[in-house]
Amino acid sequence: MQLEIIEAIALGTLFGFALYKIGAADPDKLIGMLKLEDMHLAKTILGGIAIATITLFVGVLLGLIPMEHFSIKGIYWGVIFGAILFGLGWGLSGFCPGTGMAGLGAGRIDAYFYFIGGLVGTFIFASVYAGLTDTFLYTTLFSGVGTIVETGKATALFSSSWSPVIAIAIGIILFFIGYKLPKKFR
Amino acid sequence: MYLSWIRGSLLLGFVFILAFVVMKPIGVSTEYVVIDGIYEYQQHHDLIHKDANSSSGYSSNNAYLNKSGGKLAEHIIHPKYYGMVFVLSIILGGLIGRLTSKKASKSMKQIPEFHTQTFGNKVFLRYLFVFVGGMLMLIGARLAGGCTSGHMMSGIMQTSISGYIFALVVFVVAVPTSILIYRRKGN
Repeated sequence: MQLEIIEAIALGTLFGFALYKIGAADPDKLIGMLKLEDMHLAKTILGGIAIATITLFVGVLLGLIPMEHFSIKGIYWGVIFGAILFGLGWGLSGFCPGTGMAGLGAGRIDAYFYFIGGLVGTFIFASVYAGLTDTFLYTTLFSGVGTIVETGKATALFSSSWSPVIAIAIGIILFFIGYKLPKKFR
Repeated sequence: MYLSWIRGSLLLGFVFILAFVVMKPIGVSTEYVVIDGIYEYQQHHDLIHKDANSSSGYSSNNAYLNKSGGKLAEHIIHPKYYGMVFVLSIILGGLIGRLTSKKASKSMKQIPEFHTQTFGNKVFLRYLFVFVGGMLMLIGARLAGGCTSGHMMSGIMQTSISGYIFALVVFVVAVPTSILIYRRKGN
């Protein structure tokens, strides 16, 4: 087997395992977070992003990160309108495209219906995509600035060589927010 | 039964950084398109054809599958690539997670509590909601160019502005949606 496939199996399995272990494959935990009644998962997600950010940019400063692996998504109106549809579906279902797959593995029947719904969704999108490309939805926003700090892959707000320090500071702030976030609001 | 938030953070952060260093930032929703394509290609073989002029060697009569030099079209013809194997392996990870958890019974409730509290034991309604939810989310994810993994987690960790905007809008919409739909009866 190719190395790439072995890596994919190892990393994908680890990801699904992690999603299950943090409660993200459990719609009760997800909707509990969105109803602001159980912020455990929000604390975990914030902490996870924070730890990933800090590790990544400490690695960048030390020259340990393969910079070509950075991959920055564009900003256009579609990001905002897509996020609105995504938020509606999330609040209704309590699954995400990734956690739905983990839920499937955990034997949830509703995850199966989620997955089928998702496939219908992408089918609809691929069918109408040709008609969307020339609309305002694909107009670039913020004159194409893609990141806060320099990654070599997009125009950055701060582009000096010490800019990874800003990312580490952001990571520490995100972690602090996660730490301070109350267990519930309602 | 689930990890404490700090342990969970360490595990989640570790997975995202490991995938980044070994291969690339984690993303999931693209593979839904490819799975659709694999099914469609079996029905209509004219969906994708070899094309020496495209950078992937394939092109499609569907504009979405044809973008970025027909990369998605190529994935449909050769589905054994990193992203697809990664996404399918998430299923295995979910199974292992459940099997290694002692008190898995609560999380295994087929109808979640929030649903029962508002709509009672109507299974059909739950399945309808997740179907519609999944449909809206994958249309949204493809329009936005990523989902919770790609935009929110991988995006924000790279200080990508689109990741911050996506996360902000998603939560601003999802929180009132959940609160309004899943009001407890009697409250």
